[in-house]
Amino acid sequence: MMITESTIPLFVAIPLAGAFLTAMLKRVKGIPDTLGVMSTICTFVMSVFAVMRLDIGERLLSNIGFWGGFSEVFGKIVGIQLVMDGLTSFMLVVVNLVAFIVAIYSVNYMTRYTAKWQFYSLFLLMVAGMNGVIITGDLFNLFVFLEIASLASYALVAFGTGKRELEASFKYAVMGGVGSLLILLGIIFLYSNTGTLNMGDMAVILSEQGMPSIIYLVFGLFLMGFGLKAALVPFHAWLPDAHPSAPAPISAMLSGVLIKALGVYAICRIFFNVFGFPEQISSLLMTLGAISMGVGALVALRQWDMKRLLAYSSISQVGYIMLGIGIGTPLAIAGALFHLFNHSIFKSLLFLDSGAVEYATHTRDLKQMGGLSKRMPITSTTTLIGAMSLAGIPPFAGFWSKLLIIVAAVQANHFGYAIWAVIISIITIGYVLKITRFAFLGTLRKRFSDIREVPAFMRISLIVLALICIFGGLLILPAIRGGFIGQAVSALLMGKGA
Amino acid sequence: MDAHMPYLLCTILFCIGIYGILAKRNIIKIILGIVIAEYAVNLFLILVAYKAGGRAPIFDTLENGQLIQPSAMVDPLPHALVLTSIVIGLATTAFMIALAIRLYGKYGTFDITRMRELRG
Amino acid sequence: MSKEHGDGMSVIVKTVTRLTVGLIFLYGIYIVLHGHLTPGGGFAGGVIIALSFINLELAFGKRTSGKIFSKSATSLVESFGAVMFLAIALLGLQWGGFFTNFLHPDGDPGMLVSAGTIPLSNIAISLKVGAGIFGIFLTLIVLQKFESEKK
Repeated sequence: MMITESTIPLFVAIPLAGAFLTAMLKRVKGIPDTLGVMSTICTFVMSVFAVMRLDIGERLLSNIGFWGGFSEVFGKIVGIQLVMDGLTSFMLVVVNLVAFIVAIYSVNYMTRYTAKWQFYSLFLLMVAGMNGVIITGDLFNLFVFLEIASLASYALVAFGTGKRELEASFKYAVMGGVGSLLILLGIIFLYSNTGTLNMGDMAVILSEQGMPSIIYLVFGLFLMGFGLKAALVPFHAWLPDAHPSAPAPISAMLSGVLIKALGVYAICRIFFNVFGFPEQISSLLMTLGAISMGVGALVALRQWDMKRLLAYSSISQVGYIMLGIGIGTPLAIAGALFHLFNHSIFKSLLFLDSGAVEYATHTRDLKQMGGLSKRMPITSTTTLIGAMSLAGIPPFAGFWSKLLIIVAAVQANHFGYAIWAVIISIITIGYVLKITRFAFLGTLRKRFSDIREVPAFMRISLIVLALICIFGGLLILPAIRGGFIGQAVSALLMGKGA
Repeated sequence: MDAHMPYLLCTILFCIGIYGILAKRNIIKIILGIVIAEYAVNLFLILVAYKAGGRAPIFDTLENGQLIQPSAMVDPLPHALVLTSIVIGLATTAFMIALAIRLYGKYGTFDITRMRELRG
Repeated sequence: MSKEHGDGMSVIVKTVTRLTVGLIFLYGIYIVLHGHLTPGGGFAGGVIIALSFINLELAFGKRTSGKIFSKSATSLVESFGAVMFLAIALLGLQWGGFFTNFLHPDGDPGMLVSAGTIPLSNIAISLKVGAGIFGIFLTLIVLQKFESEKK
């Protein structure tokens, strides 16, 4: 199957069609599962084809409705454009891979909740929204898809409708709503200044006419708004409540891809390709990243709830990615994007594992677990692999990406940040050991003596993610890296140099 | 100063909305704060489109038989954006009200200082 | 005096509703169909159509109108509207791009039958928005019977 310009919108159209067909055909037995898995398989396969097709620096453009044909009307771009370049195809692979595996996992896990078709409908809407954010080339269209994905995620966090889920979802909804308002304000200021909403046009206009003085207000608004979606530190307060309360596959999606596709990707795209990358943003992102790393790791040490610990760890790892992006050299951006890929894989794996533990033992409290490795071998092995990748132990994938970021920090003469990153790595090993020791090693309690390993689909998804963790380290070899991550890096840096 | 009055109104409305979100304890008042702030941002977007002495962006004929030129019209793009934004605001409000009803069913009160199950 | 109305509102409200709700519905359809000529279009027309149904539900009470407008019918119409909209968009792929306006050259601007697929998209959007808002209303009044669980 060839990826051409006209197949770009299918990344959004297929999950959207799946979501509404699931809502229509909800009485037919087995339809929600099949539609969910089929839609995510389609988008995942298409995204792999997209990566293979693009060379470095190449871009595919598609005008919605074919307005203006192949040329521009009145010298400007009219209508909404969809763009597929290196960064887009990289993010598409990350999002759709995790979505596909989570869809398989949910076939078994969601039998405990009553309305499975509602889950798959909302889940496919969220995937459609995230794909839309990634492929769009128009600023307001980005806002619309961001809202679609955010609303679907608010509803999914409250899926269990217990007391805590509702409270966490309300908090998340209010904070997310304020973040979206700040983003919309920034978009309005940019539109009134440049007269266009197309990101490519806006970059040309801003670089020709120089930055108007209102641009600093727009920086602040975008950093606050997208920082809230990405859970950077002053704006992270919704994450430790929302991620544990969601059902386990949704925690994996939220922590693994949503905060990256909506938050980190949007910050990268806008600050590199639209604004060119000014000096103040670089130091600000590095500072915020370093603070996130510290707060996340230190508070994670104190947690006894398994999923809450993993949620704080997400804040810490997104701090690493922000540090890498803030440094701005090609090696640092490659390290940050590689760490984004790795973190999606192993954090999803760890959240799915915690879901498996909860499925079997009906508890999330680390103080009440112990010795589960005797009865649940696959879960404990995959958790061990994911945990070692998170802690940065060679030869697992997490080690290589953290190494790239630290080396890039040293090369750019930011020795303080490099030492801070190493210290936080050591603290990361600390809380990783906490999970492993309390949940899986030790003696098995009597009331857990007859638990069994989790069902087949869940096992398959855990094993696949663990294998990617092990072999993901191969991505650092220059031959493979150039094709996959190198495209993304060059797509970002084209905006910076120009 | 007269030309800037509507922008001042937008700022005041937005500040009232943010005050409602931050300082009120009742869930319904927090939701109202979000709604008011949302309206303030939509109003600001419409004001950006205004051109002094412009007409509505519909093709029509003047009295002397000529068509109205596009350069004499108000910018129509923000009108479409505001329509989309209003619908998004409606969806968010509907979702939060449904959450508020269910929260009342579980906790028995609308006061958010009583809802402190998650902590740490 | 007010015991004779069963459930729903009083006799005056019911009589006036019977007379006006058809007009409101017709007005909503008018706004939807002329969406490419006058302001309005799918969203606004859909909301007005939903308001006519809400009017019926409010005036005649939950039990009587619940038999006619059920939640599953509303959900079906809503999803059908969305699928129709996506189908129009995907059909456009064959003629050039996503959302291409096929059926283009009929009629001239200013007439009702012009502008290709835009009226069809308006109808699909009005189905979805109308059913959506009516569905929100149904869900919110059904939740009313929650008793608060004291801690």
